[in-house]
Amino acid sequence: MASKDVLLKVDNLTTTFQTDEDSITVLDDVTFDLHHGESLGIVGESGCGKSVTALSIMRLLPKPAGQVVKGTVTYNDENLLSLSREKMYTIRGKKIAMIFQEPMTALNPVHRIGKQLGEIYQIHFPEMSEAESHAAQIDILEKVGIPSPEKRLREYPHQLSGGMRQRVMIAMALSCKPDILIADEPTTALDVTTQNQILNLMRELQQEINMSIIFITHDLGVIAEMCDRVIVMYAGRIVEQAPVKDLFSTPHHPYTKGLLESIPRLETPPKSRLEIIEGLVPNLKNIPEGCRFRSRCDFEVEDCSKTDPKGEPIGDESHRTVACIRWQELSS
Amino acid sequence: MSKDVLLRVKDLKMHYPIRGGVLFRQVATNFAVDGISFEINRGETLGIVGESGCGKSTVAKAILRLYEPTSGEVEFDGRDIINMPKGDLREIRKEMQIIFQDPMESLNSRHTVGTILEEPYVIHGIGSRADRRKWVVDLLDKVGLQSDAVDRFPHEFSGGQRQRIGIARAIALNPKLLICDEPVSALDVSIQSQILNLLVDLQRELDLTLLFIAHDLAVVKHVSDRIAVMYLGKIVEMNEAEKLYSHPVHPYTRALLSSIPVPDPEKKKVHDVLTGEVPSPINPPAGCHFHARCPYAEEKCSKDRPELKPVKDNPNWLVSCHLMDNFIN
Repeated sequence: MASKDVLLKVDNLTTTFQTDEDSITVLDDVTFDLHHGESLGIVGESGCGKSVTALSIMRLLPKPAGQVVKGTVTYNDENLLSLSREKMYTIRGKKIAMIFQEPMTALNPVHRIGKQLGEIYQIHFPEMSEAESHAAQIDILEKVGIPSPEKRLREYPHQLSGGMRQRVMIAMALSCKPDILIADEPTTALDVTTQNQILNLMRELQQEINMSIIFITHDLGVIAEMCDRVIVMYAGRIVEQAPVKDLFSTPHHPYTKGLLESIPRLETPPKSRLEIIEGLVPNLKNIPEGCRFRSRCDFEVEDCSKTDPKGEPIGDESHRTVACIRWQELSS
Repeated sequence: MSKDVLLRVKDLKMHYPIRGGVLFRQVATNFAVDGISFEINRGETLGIVGESGCGKSTVAKAILRLYEPTSGEVEFDGRDIINMPKGDLREIRKEMQIIFQDPMESLNSRHTVGTILEEPYVIHGIGSRADRRKWVVDLLDKVGLQSDAVDRFPHEFSGGQRQRIGIARAIALNPKLLICDEPVSALDVSIQSQILNLLVDLQRELDLTLLFIAHDLAVVKHVSDRIAVMYLGKIVEMNEAEKLYSHPVHPYTRALLSSIPVPDPEKKKVHDVLTGEVPSPINPPAGCHFHARCPYAEEKCSKDRPELKPVKDNPNWLVSCHLMDNFIN
């Protein structure tokens, strides 16, 4: 780990979504730290709350349905969730930037790349002249590996390929040299060779401007390559938190184990049986009592339905937590 | 060749005209699939991998004549598919079925699962109503769904369960060939493994021959006996699954393999980063389609188009590269 100092602190974050009938708790008591210069991975299946975590931090939840009902997000000794809108504008995009899975929906289709990129400088650096802004735009596009940036600035998003669009998104996110980059499935829509290019680019840029990254993905391969530490989420909860090497070598939570065993790997023999996690993710509308994973867990005992496991720290490793009442006996 | 061949595809081409201008004349051609040949033996799984736009799905649809191919031959179970009259096609489609990536789009959302699964029997006039009801329940059981699914609608199911319904419909008429077009790429990891296990089981149980198309190399390797790698409308390498991964020859295959993120942090490896992007099939580059991105390209690569040739006289190992001798060890 690069350093121990905490850059962003998320405490007991709880987010609900209002539907016609009732309110659904999609994030429940999520607590974690992000350190200076580290890459933190958040992994989990669809609906586990990984994107909602990002949106809650950024205060970009769809209004009025989504609401943070509990918890704090501390950045620079300030709780982001209680800042004024004006104050938040100076942080969102400038200090904490975000890139999304599908750049085609995140970029505005009717504006040229130059206009969209220029807007960022306009908002965050109003003192910049037009010429300076133009030079900065070309500079940042070059940095993310876009050939002939001058020409690209005059093009529209649809004229670029998927990989190029994602590079533009990264350029926009990095134009203010943020402290934190939240990347929500940044390579999921891309082909493997393009994904490889984008991941390399992100690694290089991270070192160059020394930012912290929260990397949200469902791909354990990407996690293994990109992250220092990993959070595993299941049905709105953090079930395990660990340094990446420990998570892959000694997973403690049965869900983490199941996930790791169920992926087809290049070295598994063809047509062998894959380990599977039976059943489905529980419906967040009626979350079962006790442990949320127990209905799919091979190690369920009676107590699992009675106690709601909280992420307990393991030993003196403050960076490792697991939310399972049986983890100790299962790991021995 | 052995007589076990179920599907033989020879020099299949699928070119789309691109029209434009005032008179809507053909201004260019999209060479989506440009001369593909392969055979699949009975009971075997052939995997096709490639990146988006390489033509892998078009191959599947042209084989079923969901698209009319520009030229080429497709022979299924000894019968010529390409020149078959439309009326006979319906009969033969009983024996060749397809499942798609997104089952929500391929299942009629206004019909119950029972109606959806009964439809193949109705269309082909098989069985009485009571028979069909019974068969539907059997199908559900085969793909691991409860029989109460009959009266429910597709939207009531999760993605993985919907894919099971798609599979049930495809196997309803006991097909010989099942084409799977990205069957698991829309699913979560834990669900993906359930569906892959199901496909492998059904293949054994029903003696199915599979053509398995996907972009995820680990998934393709998991189910396939042989694998063809496609790039820009052509097969660049084909080999037995294990050997393709242990001895990749074509520079594109090697780049693809090294691009996959490995779920093992201890094995942080150096990737061969492939520069550039897949060129457009509308104006494919001259010579070898891959030469512009190939780190080894020589002058002849940009002039002559390499042919798919057997390696070491092994008919199962085909590579299309001028410099392949340098890469075989």
